[in-house]
Amino acid sequence: MKTNAVNLTETEYLLPGNRVCPGCALSLAYRHILKALEGQVIVTVPASCLTVLHGMYPITSVNVPCVNTPFASTGASATGLVAGLKALGKKGLTVLAIAGDGGTHDIGIQALSGAAERHDDFIYVCYDNEGYMNTGNQRSGSTPLGAISGTTPVLGKQQNQKDMTAIMEAHGIPYVATANPSYPLDLYEKVRRAKSIEGTRFIHVFTPCPPGWGFPFSDTIRIGRLAVETGWVVLYEVENGVFRLTSASESIARRDNLKPIREYLMEQGRFRSITEEQINELQDWVDARWKRYLIRTTSS
Amino acid sequence: METRECHHICGESSPGIGEAGRTGEWRNARPVIEHKKCTPVRQSKPACFLCWLYCPEAVISKTIPPQINLEYCKGCGICAQVCPVRAITMVNEEEFVLNRTY
Amino acid sequence: MENKRTDRKANIQILDGNQAAAHGAKLSRVQVIAAYPITPQTPLTETLSEFVERGEMKAEYVAVESEHSALTVCSSASMVGARTFTATSAHGLAYMHEMLHWVAGARLPVVLACVNRAIGAPWNILNDQQDSISQRDTGWIQIYARNNQEILDSVLQAYRIAEAVYVPAMVCYDGYVLSHAEMPVDVPSQDDVDRFLPPYQPHTILDPANPKNYNLVTLANPRANTEGVLCHGYMELRYLLQEALQNSRETITKVGREFGELFGRSYANMLWEDRLGDADIVIVAMGSLAMEAIVAANMLREEGHKVGVLGLRVFRPFPKADMVEALKKSRLIVVFDKNISYGSEGATCSEIKSALYGSGVNAIIRNFIVGLGGRDVKARELADAVNKSLLSLKEDVLSSEYPEWICYI
Repeated sequence: MKTNAVNLTETEYLLPGNRVCPGCALSLAYRHILKALEGQVIVTVPASCLTVLHGMYPITSVNVPCVNTPFASTGASATGLVAGLKALGKKGLTVLAIAGDGGTHDIGIQALSGAAERHDDFIYVCYDNEGYMNTGNQRSGSTPLGAISGTTPVLGKQQNQKDMTAIMEAHGIPYVATANPSYPLDLYEKVRRAKSIEGTRFIHVFTPCPPGWGFPFSDTIRIGRLAVETGWVVLYEVENGVFRLTSASESIARRDNLKPIREYLMEQGRFRSITEEQINELQDWVDARWKRYLIRTTSS
Repeated sequence: METRECHHICGESSPGIGEAGRTGEWRNARPVIEHKKCTPVRQSKPACFLCWLYCPEAVISKTIPPQINLEYCKGCGICAQVCPVRAITMVNEEEFVLNRTY
Repeated sequence: MENKRTDRKANIQILDGNQAAAHGAKLSRVQVIAAYPITPQTPLTETLSEFVERGEMKAEYVAVESEHSALTVCSSASMVGARTFTATSAHGLAYMHEMLHWVAGARLPVVLACVNRAIGAPWNILNDQQDSISQRDTGWIQIYARNNQEILDSVLQAYRIAEAVYVPAMVCYDGYVLSHAEMPVDVPSQDDVDRFLPPYQPHTILDPANPKNYNLVTLANPRANTEGVLCHGYMELRYLLQEALQNSRETITKVGREFGELFGRSYANMLWEDRLGDADIVIVAMGSLAMEAIVAANMLREEGHKVGVLGLRVFRPFPKADMVEALKKSRLIVVFDKNISYGSEGATCSEIKSALYGSGVNAIIRNFIVGLGGRDVKARELADAVNKSLLSLKEDVLSSEYPEWICYI
């Protein structure tokens, strides 16, 4: 039976009264990821917003075992946990690496790439708030073209983001997917799917950030949905090379009703200085990518 | 202020609610559920529960009606936004201040 | 080295330093190996992968993509409770610098073999000790081997020591000079090692039934836990690391004594002492250089000087008390450093001066920088340096502010 809000487990692994901002999409995503894994995990986390969510010694806001690791090392830390468990003959636990876009696209890319190339057996979740948000929004490899950040404060970022999911897919790993806590059941199902597969599994979760992106914290879910409705985020999974659109992206493809990217950009303070030229560039980029996904859908 | 009683040799943290304190104090407005509009209440059975599903803080219970833990609810307002029947309203905290003199 | 147990059968194999280290890891029943190849460590990691692929060693061998990842893999595997091993040199050790700090602070008993090599710029693949010396502040136990037997023996002891005090340990040996030079090594039996080295008992728990979160952000000040017990601030946790290192001397010497009783080669002292009994001139050196120093001491004794040699075996924790005791009769101490703390002097020299401060030992100390970038160090050069030092007691031939270098400038 398909999971819905009614039959989804009530067990919570995320404890209330934690340090994240009101309306934090990471918090919502993490809540459901842990439910999907039934808490039978060892989590490894680099320096990131999640570190803050987890709290400060000697108290933590999460009810699962966790290993903190330096910024560049998440992929290797996950590999180490897997190797240790295997060496000791301990079975039944999923190793969950969960890092931000900083720890995935930028400083952490080497360790992740190495682990994926070795087919190390863990789930890696990148929660992407498109910037180094933990430290007050500095630009990352995932920050979009035209976005104002702490390190692109006047001119906005001059380059568009890198496509991390495609990079991970190029490693030939058995499962990559994109997800979004605005569609929590799709996220949940993808984590369940990943859990059942052996090898390196990568899930790229889009997590809008109210203070970093400049929108009211009550709008997190709405902004997340708008991102999908305009094609900025496309919900898909690739399992053993077979591509499939999911959830709202699948519906949008069927109905051919992608909204203009402008509608998404204009809601956010970080795009206050974006130029017309940059908006057009982003629209072209979104359109070209969407077209490639549609081709992959029909040829699957 | 000696810490030898703490037997840790490294930073080993244990789970606890309210690690950041009473985060309910962060709120400007709190969610109020109107029971007569709330779907599981009206149907007298488990239904909808989208507020529970979308709460980033896990402070809403999956009960009929859903209960919100005001000790820790940060007042983000997501539950009010996602409720499909608009049963939840964000009400300014000022409304709940006791012994107002104005 | 005294061979106390004559009933044990020796098992002499001709091994180079890298092979000796590999045998040490194998006999220690290491469970997770993560090492990135770097000259001159590479044959060590290749030997280990061969042991694993041939089924001679039951370990997870992770072909990491960098040294930073190598130590991270060991760190997390150690968290789970596995016994871990890594090895590197020079730039590799530098690359994992951040993780060296992390592993020490996390109190994980990882053992690392450092095959001492010069660090660039410019590029140089040959031996000196700058790499491991540069890491002396990170909180690791540091042991230096003089020959290949000591390499193997030190790896075995490193696990016993590290796992008893929960402090990581590095065994350092000179690249090429030891790593690629073959020597007779008595390889202990697996049974004997099993008797010496019990399985690792981790202090970390990674169990969903009893969840803990390790090495979260820690505040400057102590903070109470949910039960109201006042827990450490960052400073207290770091104090505990220093305390563990200070107290580890007891464990190191005890383990060394026990090793001697079981295997016939005692490591009960923090220092190697040669003819200190009647010496008023002492040469201090570390690693293979300590053996060269013995040859130099022979030359000097023939020339009529009462010279002894102090081989520094354990560099961290620095054996201050042992140093004072060993040097109390000396009037001239000549320290040869195969490293330099730029802008100051050789690291060993600084440590000795610090150890002797306030001790009442009134010796003159001279520091010579030797052997950087694999520059060959001849015993005659060491002897000449001692003679120059003696001369400097009367004439102004050596600066007392900065060390003298034995090189072509």
